[in-house]
Amino acid sequence: MAIAVAEGAVDEVAEHRGGFRRRWYRTPAFVAGVLILGTVVAMCVAAPVLTSQSPTHQDLNHILASPSAKHPLGTDQLGRDVFSRILYGGRVDLRVAFLAVLLPFIIGTTLGCVSGYYGRFYDTTIMRLVDVVVAIPVYVLIIAMVFVLGPGARSIYIAITFVGWVSYARIIRGEILVAKRQEYILAARAAGFRDGRIITRHLLPNVVTQAIVYAMSDIVLDILFIVTLGYFGLGIQPPVPDWGGMIADGQAFLTTNWELSTIPGVVVVITALGLSLIGDGLADLLRPE
Amino acid sequence: MSETPILEVRDLRVEIPLTRGTVHAVQSASFTVEAGQALGLVGESGCGKSMTLRAILGLLPHPGHITGGEVRFEGDDLANADPKRLRDVRGARIGIIFQEPMTALNPVMRVGDQIAETPLVRLGYGRRRARERAVELMRLVGIADPARRYEAFPHELSGGMRQRIVIAIALSGEPKLLLCDEPTTALDVTIQDQILKLLASLREQLGVSVVFVSHDLAVIAQTCQQLAVMYAGQVIETGTVDAVFREARHPYTLGLLRSVPSFDAVRKHLSSIPGSPPDLASPPHGCRFHPRCGFVRENCTTGPIPLLELGGRSVRCLYHEDCAADARRTPVVAVA
Repeated sequence: MAIAVAEGAVDEVAEHRGGFRRRWYRTPAFVAGVLILGTVVAMCVAAPVLTSQSPTHQDLNHILASPSAKHPLGTDQLGRDVFSRILYGGRVDLRVAFLAVLLPFIIGTTLGCVSGYYGRFYDTTIMRLVDVVVAIPVYVLIIAMVFVLGPGARSIYIAITFVGWVSYARIIRGEILVAKRQEYILAARAAGFRDGRIITRHLLPNVVTQAIVYAMSDIVLDILFIVTLGYFGLGIQPPVPDWGGMIADGQAFLTTNWELSTIPGVVVVITALGLSLIGDGLADLLRPE
Repeated sequence: MSETPILEVRDLRVEIPLTRGTVHAVQSASFTVEAGQALGLVGESGCGKSMTLRAILGLLPHPGHITGGEVRFEGDDLANADPKRLRDVRGARIGIIFQEPMTALNPVMRVGDQIAETPLVRLGYGRRRARERAVELMRLVGIADPARRYEAFPHELSGGMRQRIVIAIALSGEPKLLLCDEPTTALDVTIQDQILKLLASLREQLGVSVVFVSHDLAVIAQTCQQLAVMYAGQVIETGTVDAVFREARHPYTLGLLRSVPSFDAVRKHLSSIPGSPPDLASPPHGCRFHPRCGFVRENCTTGPIPLLELGGRSVRCLYHEDCAADARRTPVVAVA
């Protein structure tokens, strides 16, 4: 039997093998994002090593102190170490932000799959639900929910999940509507596979990258959200340190000690920048060829 | 006709209700595939070939559906089977090869895993065994160094290679019947020839029966023993490839055969069938081909024309003798 092997094919295989692993470091945005976010996360994780100061210990004899060897970023109005509060606050804020993306991601992706794949009744129902949630002003809803449920991380999770799944459902649904018309899906059906297998093994791997890219920017939004709620006093509650709370607390001293509000603000911006760069980089890397 | 045929399609009807009216995509398609043989299903684009193929597996595009007729496969009527029964037949008893090898493979799944999936999921093989089976199938369809190619993604392979993978996938469920939907249309002529030879040799080696959909008569002549010609959703002529090529009895078949360009006649006029196929939402009364037919008579325009049995072949034309006489007068192709 004649066997045709295109000459170039062999080299091509080597070239493309392990595409993601080979190319990630050639995407500047991704590398920069990983470095920035990595540094922030590493510092928060290593907080006990990097500082011996407690984030909650008050020293009323040394309030609003300037940076010194003992307090690299000075102290706040209650004599608490700002550097330590930034690190420990980051632990809380980043953890809550990442976890708050997870549940909407899972719910939205699942509903998006059902909506896009089965269409008709399921699609209509789920998409009307999406319309309803989208029509609600997010901040008003969340503030109302936090009032009802009481402030704290739990309320943040519930509130963000309630509105956050919508974007994922829309993204995944749209992608599936396109992907399910591809011949390989018809081929999978012709092979007699069940719907569940076709969705999870054939459709989802082809469409989930869009949702992952969006999730990166969603984390940024969540951090801003948590910080904003903290600023209003509805987010993470004292004495647990939190960037939003720090910005709010420092506000009163803006004319004399501007750094109290500015430093956590800059940290938020840096973190957001890192995540956005990772999102951009991922979008480039995961784009199908 | 010693054994019972593996596939028998009788009076199959497929309708697609659309807002502009119901499209009768397939209307009374009838043909038979004998065990171990290859049947060619020919016709121009939009005549219902692919619809017929998809109807056999119950995979019609929404909102199309079967409205009548039978699809007898090894004694089971697939046209009236429930979804679960149909799913059992798909893949494991009937395999299908699609036209476009670019899109028929999942772009983010290793080709080997795509071949191994049916043995793993449908035939209950273990992971290791399924993997070995996939490598075996890749070797069977003529892929060099299959163990290494197992890891490749579709975009890393050439068109011909991809079509070999698609064939391996279709065979992975060890089907009795292979449906081929224009499997070589998207390929270069040289690759096309290799794939056709591969399909022919697989049919002999594995004893699978084949339904081969194509608009290319040369391809059919090369691969099939039996022939069914479709026009405007109807099967209008069936018979052995030899008999039909030698003496076409339907004017459409004759026109189709005469419009094949050949190297012997480079400077001669290339004949074509005048007019264009009818709109399937409102097909003409009587014979569907009569507006374009050179042999048309008064009777052709009224009443449905039945498929006439002529001992081993059949034709949907009242005046097939006229056509046959014309075919004898100027023979079309010398069939070896």
